Amino acid sequence: MSAVRRDLLRGWKVRAGLSVLAFFVLLALFGPWLTASVPGLDPRANDLTAIGLPPSAEHWLGTTQFGQDVLAQTIEGTRGSLFVGFLSAVIGTALAILVGLPAGYFGGRTDSWLNFLSNLFIVMPVLPLILIVAGYMQGTGLWVIALIIGFFGWSGGARTIRAQAMSVSNRDFVLAMRTLGEPHHRLLFHEVLPHLTGWIAAMFLQGVIGGVMAEAGLAFLGISDSGAISWGTMIQAAQQQSAVLRGMWWWFVPPGLCIALVATAATLVNFGVDELSNPKLRTVRRSVVRRTRDRAGSAGSAGSADRAGSTDRADGVVGQSPVGSDA
Amino acid sequence: MTTTPAPSAPGTPAPDAPVLEAVDVTKHFTVRSAVGTRSVVRAVEGATLSLPRGRVVALVGESGSGKTTLARLLAGFYAPTSGEIRLEGVPVRQRRGRVERGHHRDVQLVFQDPFGSLNPLHRVRHNIERPLRLHHGVRGKAELDRRVRELLERVALTPVEQFVDKFPHELSGGQRQRVVIARALAVEPKVLLGDEPISMLDVSIRLEMLNLLDRLRTEDGLALLYITHDIASARYLCDDIVVMYAGEMVEGGPKEHVIADPQHPYTRLLVESSPDPGRGARDREALFDADADSLGEPPSLIDPPAGCRFHPRCPFAMDVCRTQAPERINLGDGRWARCWLHQEGRAGELARPGAGVEPVAPGALAEPAAAPTATRTTQETQ
Ligand code: SF4
Repeated sequence: MSAVRRDLLRGWKVRAGLSVLAFFVLLALFGPWLTASVPGLDPRANDLTAIGLPPSAEHWLGTTQFGQDVLAQTIEGTRGSLFVGFLSAVIGTALAILVGLPAGYFGGRTDSWLNFLSNLFIVMPVLPLILIVAGYMQGTGLWVIALIIGFFGWSGGARTIRAQAMSVSNRDFVLAMRTLGEPHHRLLFHEVLPHLTGWIAAMFLQGVIGGVMAEAGLAFLGISDSGAISWGTMIQAAQQQSAVLRGMWWWFVPPGLCIALVATAATLVNFGVDELSNPKLRTVRRSVVRRTRDRAGSAGSAGSADRAGSTDRADGVVGQSPVGSDA
Repeated sequence: MTTTPAPSAPGTPAPDAPVLEAVDVTKHFTVRSAVGTRSVVRAVEGATLSLPRGRVVALVGESGSGKTTLARLLAGFYAPTSGEIRLEGVPVRQRRGRVERGHHRDVQLVFQDPFGSLNPLHRVRHNIERPLRLHHGVRGKAELDRRVRELLERVALTPVEQFVDKFPHELSGGQRQRVVIARALAVEPKVLLGDEPISMLDVSIRLEMLNLLDRLRTEDGLALLYITHDIASARYLCDDIVVMYAGEMVEGGPKEHVIADPQHPYTRLLVESSPDPGRGARDREALFDADADSLGEPPSLIDPPAGCRFHPRCPFAMDVCRTQAPERINLGDGRWARCWLHQEGRAGELARPGAGVEPVAPGALAEPAAAPTATRTTQETQ
């Protein structure tokens, strides 16, 4: 809903979070090209004359045990990590919509089955399963990792979508369009789904971050593509080479910091979303006060609109409303 | 037309044959409470109603009387628990609780709440183009434009350019309800069901809406069901009145008779509590003010009173009323009522000194007429 989107962008937490994420997205898109063309660094090149060097003017973030530039690796890793994040989020969000939307819209038996499915995925011990599946697919590229993460990570989102779809589907306009003879797929995708865009956008964002974290976690456990570079593979390589013991903090701190930053950004965005879906958490902001005052000042149209949802469907009887005033 | 065999082509209906009928329709909903106990809501019980072409039938009752449920049954939203909905004499078939699409081609419903029945994300144009595409296969842009314009003009949303690309939130309640009506008309239905179409509109535009509905009935020969909780607007618009109480129909007949001489205690209560049109145009607000809701608590539909459901509130209640439900008694002139008074020979007590009032013509709303004062006999008999 556009109002949701507007409110979402108003809070500073959400803005800060989104800015950090936007920075990383830009870094992922243009960073590797920048490092290659400006300082002429290749994240994969092993410089045997510079092994395990601390940060210096030449290698701003130092080099690894293999003589690779940490800055170039971190930037290349941004691309790998975000690629996994985005792809897994696309898959996870698509699955969540595919399961949650019909469940909430159709209700009844369809809902029971689909809800059973998402509950199954919620209680499933996801991590061991991912380990097993990933073990079978050893050595495959980052996109397989993303696929696995997305496939196991949609269930929470499906429940959100289901609840929202259910409330939208029960509104009169859906019923009205159905009475016009609109087929279900039109109702689902043209009447109900557009109302969920705010939720879906928020979900997608969480999915991206979840994907980044999950990839790092899996890489740390040794499940990753040996040729690919991501923050996770960097930390894993550092760990394997006992970077901590050797005091090579510059190897694992940059990727770790990036992950922490992305996670913080995600938390900030989530705060914003939570405040929206649970108004009790919302501290009164100046703008809210102002808007409320404006609304009270204008004609009673807002009041009538609020009453719009007063249809009691349990017994199919429409609640009586007092005389509605016309704006 | 899909459910109808060839003979009744559009335009050549048998006069007075009902287009849409409910025959002894009952609807029970099973609701489950938080702790898992099931209970049955008896929303509609044995309702029989017929909507003839070119006539307006008013269904009057307080909220919770099951009138909305009945409208939704007629619209095919859900299947009746028992009984039958007939479209031009042919029973409407339900498939898995859902009516076939052909039903929607003939029967359209206007919702009570114009703020809720338009998708806030779609423009006026979208709402009207969809039924045109769905039911009439209109495809070309120019043709769509022409038809949309025509429909908006019919509901007096002019100049059309000003409205066609607006979003619902840019329109007033009355304008929205016009869009809703235009959307329903785009289907070219035979029956329009209005579920309290004016109750959420500003008082100042209610009369206009009623006149619009009246015009549609006259010009298009639509069968109109007008659901309302205020008997005054029913009196203004309709030809026949059916009164519902707690899921049951208690009385019905031509409007003049029902209002002038109610044959059921509940109808009498309704009529007496509604303002008199004779009081004049200055009182237009009052015309819509009193409604069936102000008459005390309606009974629970989960556990309705035994016998006549009105007996806890009825000033005439007898012993038989508390145990046995009254039969429907035909009273001649197309009138009927369900009340033991008629079987017990006490019908005379319902008559009141003010009975025999002139039938109320629409014009009577505008000019003050001699007010036939109704003495409140109810109080005396209590
Ligand atoms: S049947 Fe009895 S209780 Fe019911 S309305 Fe008639 S007199 Fe009153």
